[in-house]
Amino acid sequence: MSGRNQLAHHIVGPRVYVVILFALLAGTGLTVWASFIDLGVWNPVIALAIATTKAVLVVLYFMHVRYSSKLTMLTIGAGIFMFLTLISLTLADYISRAWGNW
Amino acid sequence: MPDSPAIAHGAPEPAHEEHPAYLRHHFNSVEQQADAAGFAMWLFLVTEVMFFGGLFTAYLIYRNWYYPAFVAGSHQLNVFWGTLNTLVLIVSSFTMAMGVWCAQTSRRRGLVLCLSLTCLLGLGFLGIKTIEYREKIEKHHVPGFHYSLQSFVDPQSEPEVYSEYHDRPLPMDMARHTELYFSLYFLMTGMHAAHMIIGVGILAFMILRARAGAYTSGHTTFVLNFGLYWHFIDIVWIYLFALLYLISRHQ
Amino acid sequence: MSATIVSLPDQSTARIPKVNYLTKENGILSWLLTGDHKRIAILYLISITFFFFIGGALAGLIRLELLTPRADLMATDTYNKVFTMHGVIMIFFFLVPSVPATLGNFLIPMMIGAKDLALPRINLLSWYLYMAGGILAIYTMAVGGVDTGWTFTTPLSTHYVNTNVITTGLAVFVAGFSSIFTGLNFIVTIHKMRAPGMTWFRLPLFVWSHYAASLLMVLGTPVLAIAIVLVALERTIGIGVFDPTKGGDPLLFQHLFWFYSHPAVYIMILPGMGVISETISTFSRKRVFGYTAVAFSSVAIAIFGFFVWAHHMFIMGISNYSVLIFSLLTMLVAVPSAIKIFNWTFTLYKGSITFETPMLYSFGFMGLFTIGGLTGVFLGSSGTDIHLTETYFIVAHFHFVMVGGMLMAFLAGIHFWWPKMTGRMYPEKLSQLAAVVTFIGFIFTFFPQFILGVLGMPRRYASYPPEFQVLNVFSTAGATILGVGYLLPVLYLVWSLKYGAIAGDNPWQATGLEWQTQSPPLTENFTVMPVMDHEAYDYEWLEAQNEKRRKEVTSAG
Repeated sequence: MSGRNQLAHHIVGPRVYVVILFALLAGTGLTVWASFIDLGVWNPVIALAIATTKAVLVVLYFMHVRYSSKLTMLTIGAGIFMFLTLISLTLADYISRAWGNW
Repeated sequence: MPDSPAIAHGAPEPAHEEHPAYLRHHFNSVEQQADAAGFAMWLFLVTEVMFFGGLFTAYLIYRNWYYPAFVAGSHQLNVFWGTLNTLVLIVSSFTMAMGVWCAQTSRRRGLVLCLSLTCLLGLGFLGIKTIEYREKIEKHHVPGFHYSLQSFVDPQSEPEVYSEYHDRPLPMDMARHTELYFSLYFLMTGMHAAHMIIGVGILAFMILRARAGAYTSGHTTFVLNFGLYWHFIDIVWIYLFALLYLISRHQ
Repeated sequence: MSATIVSLPDQSTARIPKVNYLTKENGILSWLLTGDHKRIAILYLISITFFFFIGGALAGLIRLELLTPRADLMATDTYNKVFTMHGVIMIFFFLVPSVPATLGNFLIPMMIGAKDLALPRINLLSWYLYMAGGILAIYTMAVGGVDTGWTFTTPLSTHYVNTNVITTGLAVFVAGFSSIFTGLNFIVTIHKMRAPGMTWFRLPLFVWSHYAASLLMVLGTPVLAIAIVLVALERTIGIGVFDPTKGGDPLLFQHLFWFYSHPAVYIMILPGMGVISETISTFSRKRVFGYTAVAFSSVAIAIFGFFVWAHHMFIMGISNYSVLIFSLLTMLVAVPSAIKIFNWTFTLYKGSITFETPMLYSFGFMGLFTIGGLTGVFLGSSGTDIHLTETYFIVAHFHFVMVGGMLMAFLAGIHFWWPKMTGRMYPEKLSQLAAVVTFIGFIFTFFPQFILGVLGMPRRYASYPPEFQVLNVFSTAGATILGVGYLLPVLYLVWSLKYGAIAGDNPWQATGLEWQTQSPPLTENFTVMPVMDHEAYDYEWLEAQNEKRRKEVTSAG
């Protein structure tokens, strides 16, 4: 009933960590390089996409979520969902103010 | 009816000698205790996500409204230091993860080394931040009484930045909004730095305890959960770097 | 009202069990450094009562001022401070922690068959944070108070007042973390520490309600925290996020503030609804109708509650499209609350109803919360809200749901579980009288305010047009009666500690694991880990338990 626990799951070894480390370093280089190129509206999109990829790698492997219970993933999902709700509904108000009174 | 015993069915208590010293008595097993502690840490991180969420909301709104000011403001940040800080934090996340592995495989000296490296890298991050902040103070880019609009109204007064980006001078009202950019810059990086300082403090405590072997004899919960906190701080910085430093680095 | 389900032990031979959580250890440090969730609950109960009466005294001052149309009792600035502190204290230091920190702390481990909450030291820290925030709030009052209204609306609070905004903000910030840690503790406990056999759908609905409220505490309160930090920095340094002259938007504060403060009202009411599920079932001797619907509606209220915050901002300058969307979403959030009321009503239908004090408070809750909730629909509909907002209609609406609803539920719960917490019964006739007095006082105090609101009397004003005086006098008269109604329980509950009848394990013959233990309970709650082998609210199982015990007694003797 309590789900898989941290002592029983398989211990993540150094090899995985090294791979992720290099992926993160590469991602950093990529995002800095991309910021120096003029891609118009796509610049922030790409920057956020790379940042999100890096974050996902940290969450899954450094934070062991890949090997954790469904409850952990649900908890993270709830946090992200609420975070996005706050941002999107508030931003929607600000953006729609410019649309006038119907 | 009075003095009647509690429910008389069910499993009896485990014998007192069978469990490790660190098992708290309201838990049935070390697994349950570790499980609960890990879950509690994740919930705490969720509260941190919502706490920073307010700042990200403010940032996105004002970036949407005052894009030119945000571009001009971000050109004042040093990409070199920012990138270096990002690399420092990523490596420190790696050393922290390695520390967790050492704790789980009972490598006491390895754990002490990894925690020490993580701590040093954390201090390095804070040191670089100090350099950056000092530069901002000198250039009067700190919001408040001494905030100066000169760099934005007359970009050519700052040759190093101008030679990189050739910014056009901003009209007065848009130039005033650069103060908002810096407010958010200091707020977000400052809040992040405060969390780093707390993390470094706890790391120092952990190094002492690790040397005494506290985490390498099965009770790895503290290291594991602190690792979660440290990785979370790393993730926040990954986003701060992308949003604050890399707004528009092309001409 | 002669029929009663109360079954007390023989008073000539009954004794309070010698070993219980109150007698286990002695000395002030054993209380101040306790990890026992029950002792922490009692600590909270005492402090919450203290803050309630401070907030109540401030309410008394408000009603005294409003007896006459002119601002003649106090200066208008002082009046602003009085209603602000009344709101701050009542919301953050009474309503938010009331049921969760007292009854929730006491009962959740027992209801799920655990020995304590998952994180006892965090629990104690919660209480200390609450006390720190509370003392800071009192200090603020002593050094001049704050007059912005409990909503700290910008730019008033950031640029135009000279009062103690930051100190009050700090008090709320600290109390907020108390709330976060309580919610965090509950979520971990409910997920990880249920006894064998205690599946999610065998949990008492009290636990479901607290789980939903805890989700709100954990996800919503941090946003309030950052809003307060931003106000403090705006006031001190002038960062500009809420300052139009620097390009900031004062409305951003309101977005962040109400993102928490709307879910906060559900944090306040959900635990009370949990109490009502327990009392309605016990005093109609019937399982709660539609258990699954009530359980899911608690979680639904929590989730939907996050999507409606801008209905507090309809007139503040958000876009028309936002008004439309938030008004629509607000209509949705009323549905799960209504589902609960329907289910409680169907629980009553064909039940064996008796009218002990907790049931009287529960009936009061159902009637008053329904009225309060329905008036919320008028306010959620943006067209009518434009006329009713910032009038006494709003004041009446939230007092109906919070005082007529939540406070009545809190009193229902205190009376229902008092025998379990203390081992003593309170005097029934006096408590029933107090419940009726409270109900009457409440109606007189707050119903006229609906009328005043529709007629146009604005809130937060010390003076008003003379034609509103009659209704205001009614309201103040009612407040006096209400005060008596709230004072009585304090008196007779304290009296009962020494002179009340011995209650025994299960005076209400209620289902639920907590009623299977002694009153007051042992520190470790259970001597053997309970195994849950029946559904919630299973009165047949209870009867079988009693039958078994009767056989044991007769066979032993």
